[in-house]
Amino acid sequence: MDMKRDYYEDIRLLDSGSQIFWLIALLAVLTAFPFFASSYLIYTVNLMAINVIVALGLNLLVGYTGQISLGHAGFFAIGAYGTLVLMTKLGLPFPAALVAGGLISALFGFLLGLPALRLEGPYLAIATLGFGLTITQILGRIDYFGGHMGLQAPPLSVFGIEVTGDAGRYAVIMPVCVLLAWGLRNLTKTRVGRAFVAIRDSDIAAECIGVNLTYYKTLAFAVSAFYTGVAGGLMAFVLGFINPHTFNVMISILFLAMVVVGGLGSVLGSIMGAVLISWLQIELNRITELPLLGPLLEQISHSVFTISGLPNVQYVVFGLIMVGIIIFEPLGLYGIWIRTKLYWRTWPF
Amino acid sequence: MSFFQVKDLSMIFGGLTALSQVSLEMDQGSIVAVIGPNGAGKTTLFNCITGLYKPSSGSVRFKGREIVGRRPHQIAALGIGRTFQNIELFSKMTTLDNLLLGRHLHMRTGVWSGATFFRRGSRAAKEEIAHRKKVEEIIDFLDLQHARDRFVGGLPYGVQKKVELGRALAMEPELLLLDEPVAGMNLEEKQDLIFWLGDIQAEYGITLLVIEHDMRLVMEVSDQIMVLNYGQPIAYGSPQEVQNHPEVLKAYLGDQAPDADDGGEAAHA
Repeated sequence: MDMKRDYYEDIRLLDSGSQIFWLIALLAVLTAFPFFASSYLIYTVNLMAINVIVALGLNLLVGYTGQISLGHAGFFAIGAYGTLVLMTKLGLPFPAALVAGGLISALFGFLLGLPALRLEGPYLAIATLGFGLTITQILGRIDYFGGHMGLQAPPLSVFGIEVTGDAGRYAVIMPVCVLLAWGLRNLTKTRVGRAFVAIRDSDIAAECIGVNLTYYKTLAFAVSAFYTGVAGGLMAFVLGFINPHTFNVMISILFLAMVVVGGLGSVLGSIMGAVLISWLQIELNRITELPLLGPLLEQISHSVFTISGLPNVQYVVFGLIMVGIIIFEPLGLYGIWIRTKLYWRTWPF
Repeated sequence: MSFFQVKDLSMIFGGLTALSQVSLEMDQGSIVAVIGPNGAGKTTLFNCITGLYKPSSGSVRFKGREIVGRRPHQIAALGIGRTFQNIELFSKMTTLDNLLLGRHLHMRTGVWSGATFFRRGSRAAKEEIAHRKKVEEIIDFLDLQHARDRFVGGLPYGVQKKVELGRALAMEPELLLLDEPVAGMNLEEKQDLIFWLGDIQAEYGITLLVIEHDMRLVMEVSDQIMVLNYGQPIAYGSPQEVQNHPEVLKAYLGDQAPDADDGGEAAHA
């Protein structure tokens, strides 16, 4: 193990030579990826990166600050609509519109944070659920926002460069994702991040050492909503077209699943959870195409359920995997990661 | 103007009078102990002072400023720190992070500078390092080196109590409220703590208000003792005066107290 020589080494991003190596390797892979991968694979990774951004934001709220939210689809929608409306109706350039969309979402996060000051646990879950439902209902009834028909994403151009195709969008999404992940990791290592965790672990003690609960709880909601809003703005361009039904309750629940499956209160866990859940969501749609398992599952579903079978076999498998992870590793994928690391550190003993 | 003054403080929960007309005055640098049987209202007094409860009536003045009605974090910012009877640590953080949280009020890093530091010279990093030095001083002072990087939830009870004291010291308060600092500690740890309390008062110049059941500690360190029973202040004075106060003997030993002299010995043990 490396010896630490000064206090900065405790908070810096890269702890050792091997970490610098792995980070450079990761960045190199991420950079080279679009030149080799198929368009479909790039599209998949784009979706994963967007989900990673949401999972980071949601984990800040749920994992670090201890406040639950079942309404993040609402922030996702606000970010997506905000970005598109600012671009098409007000003519803002994409980078400005994306940031502004995130900030509008953050404003709503702050507003939702106010009732959250008095609500806890299940009550907060219901309040945020209501928020998510309300946002999509309202968006669907405003003609300015395209009503139920939704909005078409305009052509994407960044600083004058026309961006087309999945690889082009990858070049926009991935840097944003990496930057936001870095920012969140830094945040959790410094004063504000510690104040969030203090609120989660003991709000009474947090108050008595001088943490302003009102400020930090609403701030956690705002920052979380900002991340989710930015992700929404990017999503609008990946989908090319959005309507209120894009942002349903199921999305909110999937976001929460990413955070819990990945590992509460961990940046790496958020990333792993988002990647796994996004991958399952996309790949399980094709589960019936698998060589052996596919037909078998179909047969079971035909014989046990109705004659036409269970329409959503993939959701059953999906649910089983999530339940399995939570039962066998309550700390989520992050817990599995930590144990593997420990195992290899002491290998072969 | 006295340093810290509680005047006619009352706290009524529905029909229950938890505190009734409690008054207390402290000079800077003194140690005052609050004793009394369980349920006497000692912790309620602390909760009223730190703003967790809003007293029904009365006033609390700190350095000439009224603090009743202020919120807990504002009261903390004025320079009043506290520890809790049932440890209230941030249990899923390390000792180091707990102590750094004690520095919260002295730090300035916000969301933006906290999220974007990237080198030693960045503002957030510089601030972290500066306050880390202060925290390391406290770790040395309380002999917490072995617990520095461990999660406090897994530490032994006595060590957790020390971490909580350390967190309060990291706030650099002028007035420190300690709620049963030695409860659950073994004899050796108690002895250490008695020394530390003296040091805290002498070296750091912190004024101490201590709730404690351990009579040896109370008699050894305190300048003044206040005795509460069923929310009523029944005695206030020097350790000797309180030991021989008939009301105190009655509260602790019941009505048929033996002679004052014997009773004093009993309270002493």
